[in-house]
Amino acid sequence: MYKIVNAEFLAENIKRFVIEAPKIAAKRKAGQFVIIRLNDGGERIPLTIADSETANGTITIIVQGIGKTTKELNSLNTGDFILDVVGPLGKASHIEKFGTAVSIGGGVGTAIAYPTAVALKQAGNHTISIIGGRTRELVILENELKQVCDEVYPTTDDGSYGFHGFVTQKLKQLIDNGTRIDFVLAIGPIPMMKAVAETTRPYGIKTVVSLNPVMVDGTGMCGGCRATVDNKTVFVCVDGPEFDAHLVDFATLERRNRTYKESEQEALHEHLCHFDKAFEQGLKLNN
Amino acid sequence: MPELSKKDRMKIPRQPMPEQDGVVRSGNFKEVNLGFTEELAKMEALRCLQCPKPVCIDGCPVEVKIKDFIHLVAEGDFLGAASKIKEDNMLPAVCGRVCPQEEQCEAKCVVGVKGESVAIGRLERFVADYEREHLGLKTPELKPKTGKKVAIIGSGPSGLSCAGDLIQSGHDVTVFEALHELGGVLVYGIPEFRLPKDIVKAEIDSLKSLGVDFQTNAVIGFTDTIDELMQNGYDAVFIAVGAGLPYFLNIEGENLNGVYSSNEFLTRVNLMKAYKFPEFDTPVFNVKDKTVAVFGGGNTAMDAVRTSKRLGAKNAYIIYRRSDAELPARKEEIHHAKQEGIEFLLLANPNKFIGDKDGWLTGVELIKMELGEPDASGRRKPVPIKDSNYVLNIDMAVIAIGNGSNPIIQQTTPDINFNKWGNILVDEESMATSKKGVFAGGDIVTGGATVILAMGAGRKAAKAINEYLTQN
Repeated sequence: MYKIVNAEFLAENIKRFVIEAPKIAAKRKAGQFVIIRLNDGGERIPLTIADSETANGTITIIVQGIGKTTKELNSLNTGDFILDVVGPLGKASHIEKFGTAVSIGGGVGTAIAYPTAVALKQAGNHTISIIGGRTRELVILENELKQVCDEVYPTTDDGSYGFHGFVTQKLKQLIDNGTRIDFVLAIGPIPMMKAVAETTRPYGIKTVVSLNPVMVDGTGMCGGCRATVDNKTVFVCVDGPEFDAHLVDFATLERRNRTYKESEQEALHEHLCHFDKAFEQGLKLNN
Repeated sequence: MPELSKKDRMKIPRQPMPEQDGVVRSGNFKEVNLGFTEELAKMEALRCLQCPKPVCIDGCPVEVKIKDFIHLVAEGDFLGAASKIKEDNMLPAVCGRVCPQEEQCEAKCVVGVKGESVAIGRLERFVADYEREHLGLKTPELKPKTGKKVAIIGSGPSGLSCAGDLIQSGHDVTVFEALHELGGVLVYGIPEFRLPKDIVKAEIDSLKSLGVDFQTNAVIGFTDTIDELMQNGYDAVFIAVGAGLPYFLNIEGENLNGVYSSNEFLTRVNLMKAYKFPEFDTPVFNVKDKTVAVFGGGNTAMDAVRTSKRLGAKNAYIIYRRSDAELPARKEEIHHAKQEGIEFLLLANPNKFIGDKDGWLTGVELIKMELGEPDASGRRKPVPIKDSNYVLNIDMAVIAIGNGSNPIIQQTTPDINFNKWGNILVDEESMATSKKGVFAGGDIVTGGATVILAMGAGRKAAKAINEYLTQN
């Protein structure tokens, strides 16, 4: 059992958890992930480690409630427990002094990009962060990033905050204004990562993305997370999760991620029905 | 016990295994074989000729004293028989169910030369089940504590058998398991209907009662490296991580939605209980009234195809490139599969998978094969018949053609020598790797093999580790 020592919402539906997991905290490097299972009937889902504190023996994960498991997780609070947390899994981000490095986070992807942005800064890069959200509330970790990065540019699709437009438009603007960019890391929804890859491709800027396929064991045993990179099949859990954005077949990734769409809806529906029932029962009891 | 002549014994027919009806069981996940009754077991035991030189034992990778335990069964001393087996095999309830006895002990059985061999496996299973049901956990005697600590990586058959021997030798034993549940392939791979999970749990509980420490969610290489384990006070390490990296066919369309490795399909259903979705959270492709094709002819392929039938598949095919005679699965599994309505498309090989515009699998292009000259394995090599391609409409595919080696230990332990396929190189006698104090066995050494071979390797390693710890 792994104790949640702190849980707080960063935005609507996006919650930060600090979890007691001393072994993982001591070992994890930027870019690695954990697999969690909430309870006995629970599924195993991968979540990138956003941060850790060795002294306290804690890791941080940031979760957007989308499916049944992430919504259920986001209903947990400080003091609650998670049944299984295993990791750190996957290969660490490849960090070196590139020169100027841009880390781009879309929505909750910012949480995943954050540790690598920190590592890039520590490696001596001039570090720029572009953090996007649909609207102001969904731009997360701006203050945290400002403390480590040389430049931070929030963007919103609706113009409610920061740069009005997509992260790719901000990136293009930087390139057009003559900023020399040596490395780009992009993490977020698949269409965003794909768009970043297409933005940097003509300039030949080395670009890395972190893939988020469906996983079960997370150790190479099942092959469910396979993706196509450079026309070859890779297992994201052991070969990644980070890959050269210019070689990733995003269409296949997006398609494979839809495999359980119907089941996810069904599970979520069941979950919400149970929740409603429990809520009704609660009302009855109270009345 | 009546004194029977050899001739009388030879006259007794091999006793049939009571089993669930084929049609009924293809709709449930309960165990297929129901096990011998006491009467059947005694009758079967009387078939054993009690040979002066029991060659059956040569066929057993862990050299169970077969003749002696069967003698005890014939006398009705079932608990005595169980103790006799456990002198050499800590997991008889598992082995009695999943060992390929027909290729091992039973293949050597003298009775089998002219008739049908003694059903050694079924007797082993009966005895183990009898002990579990009548006695519960029985604790063998442990040697005095040595103060030495051994880390075992992997809680599958090899790790469990090694742990059982080492704890009895007086060493402290910790078993590290990457998944959240113990048992390795016995829980994620082999389905409930062939090996009920309660039986695996009972075997593990018995090791726990002896003092074996189990740690789940521990991916050695990541959570701790082998070097860190040794720095943290472990005097020896046994690597028994299994094969654990599924092979794919490497043909077009393999990443379409609806194409699984057998590991993924079986893990979702067995370990994660996807057959109870949405009560359990993990989904699996809904095969109800759909057509499923499983590629491969081994036990895992049979497990996968029979599982898909139980999940409601309308048509469930085994597609195998050689003929019936070469199917590597156990005869019993093939027989059971056929009883359950599995169709066998033999001498057929997939060329490519075909999908719809949304990327869902809709079919597979097959080519018919014929058998040519024997190849390196001694089996006749399948050769494609020109222009015999045809398309079979399928909704789900499962690739069950074996496993390569998981890379995590290799990536994190540079001073262990591996071969080019990623298998650990060991001394065949001692199971010692190139790294001092580190031993390895099971599928990570041999490539995908059987439960009993992995157990045999675990026992061999336990003996060598015990010697190593005594000397160091």
